[in-house]
Amino acid sequence: MKQSIFTVISNTALTDSVSEMVLSGDTSPITAPGQFVNIRLDGLFLRRPISVCDYDEQTLTLVYKAVGKGTEAMRTMEPGVRLDLLTGLGNGYDLSPAGERPVLLGGGVGVPPLYHLAKKLLAQGKIVTVILGFNTRNEIFYEEKFKALGCDVLVTTVDGSYGIRGFVTDALKLVPYSYFYTCGPEPMLKAVYRSAETSGQMSFEERMGCGFGACMGCSCKTLTGFKRICKDGPVMRKEEILWEA
Amino acid sequence: MGSLRVNLCGISLDNPVIPASGTFGYGYEFAELYDINCLGTFSFKGTTREPRFGNPTPRIAECTAGMINAVGLQNPGVEKVISEELPKLKACFRKPVMANVSGFSVDDYAYTCEKLDKEDQVGWLEVNVSCPNVHGGGMSFGTSPEAAAQVTRAVKAVTRKPVILKLSPNVTDIVSVAKACEDAGADGISLINTLLGMRIDLRTRKPVIANTMGGFSGPAIFPVALRMVYQVANAVKIPVVGMGGVSSAQDVMEMMLAGATAVEIGAANLVNPYICRDIIRDLPEVMEIYHINRLEEIIGGVKNG
Repeated sequence: MKQSIFTVISNTALTDSVSEMVLSGDTSPITAPGQFVNIRLDGLFLRRPISVCDYDEQTLTLVYKAVGKGTEAMRTMEPGVRLDLLTGLGNGYDLSPAGERPVLLGGGVGVPPLYHLAKKLLAQGKIVTVILGFNTRNEIFYEEKFKALGCDVLVTTVDGSYGIRGFVTDALKLVPYSYFYTCGPEPMLKAVYRSAETSGQMSFEERMGCGFGACMGCSCKTLTGFKRICKDGPVMRKEEILWEA
Repeated sequence: MGSLRVNLCGISLDNPVIPASGTFGYGYEFAELYDINCLGTFSFKGTTREPRFGNPTPRIAECTAGMINAVGLQNPGVEKVISEELPKLKACFRKPVMANVSGFSVDDYAYTCEKLDKEDQVGWLEVNVSCPNVHGGGMSFGTSPEAAAQVTRAVKAVTRKPVILKLSPNVTDIVSVAKACEDAGADGISLINTLLGMRIDLRTRKPVIANTMGGFSGPAIFPVALRMVYQVANAVKIPVVGMGGVSSAQDVMEMMLAGATAVEIGAANLVNPYICRDIIRDLPEVMEIYHINRLEEIIGGVKNG
């Protein structure tokens, strides 16, 4: 973990509520796809945790949805704005068990952390299938970007306005895969957990205090003991997940 | 450079800055960021007799200039704290540490404190009396002077280390609780624990916190905390540790003028993990502005008029 100042390079709307912010700064603490950053915003007490979509040595890409005061404020930020970030938070995805044909399933704003993961898996010579799930056609983002990387991309919409009608699990039945990686709302994670025929990893969300393991604000129970979503997660292995009623 | 040294219940501190329990874990998360030996000491995560998962999530809510938490004393229980956490703490912190203890019965407090009393690195026992008393109808020990005194006596009987009672502000008369603890043998008083608070989500029409209510902390509560520290410090002869919304060197000095011998910093650690290091760095500069040579000399500088 490191605290440092990043500068906004661009901030572009992808849909009515989802934006892509590119920042420059020291990305060296980021060590794995699926990690997150925690952003300090003027006038708000707690930092806002946002998952890392992509990064290289100097730039960091965040794709976020405006859902409250913090993310609404981020939407209006112009290039040149300086932000205080904690970087290198969370465990991130483990690439080693992926096998030859990993499938990546993202639901809505759960899609972004899969982008750098797809890049990493492709660089290892894997055949990567990506299933992107949205409610409706005008919420879709990043389909072309995943295709441009060289992934096989399937899109599902709940209302059938684009791609396959239904949920990501409806598309999962159609593809061969050796392992799965997923991120999205909890009902989707549960559905993937039940449908998937292989092992896999799932990224979870929770309201956080600090984001670095100090406050115990985001704890959960797992089959391997109590875990902190921010520090021991947000990525959990399928085998350790304990769904609470 | 002026001296930051203070003496807390017979143990000398390099400076009065103490990260508060529940905001600093067992120190090692922060030791990744800076050498935590710069701290006066720190109060580690509240320890109970048995392991506890705590409350369901969400446990955290944002507020104007603060936050609400309802973690519910998650900790691995005193045995594991001693066998697993304290060795890790020792690897990154070489000074005496403050052990924070909670309980749900008088016997719980005594049991946990007796175990921690045997640990060399534990300098002080900070006893949190804000938890509900399961044998007393669920009312917190800290809401009754008699119950707080009973806990104090039980703990004093099992340890020779200084015992600091950490008081809840959610009472009608905090001074009477502080005096009851002093009379029962407490070596110090720390205050304030969090203020009971609540937020509601307009979209779901439900409380943001799964537990409905939680402890409100952060800069918003500083004036309330300062007032209570002032009232208690003027009523007892034992040292007072001030806390509640402290987030700058200036806040630390206000707390000391109000009567605090040392000052704990809580919620601010979660937002700026370097805050305690920064405050220690800033203190000499601010002391110079106000012509203070020894920080100790300002303790209780503002007296009852």
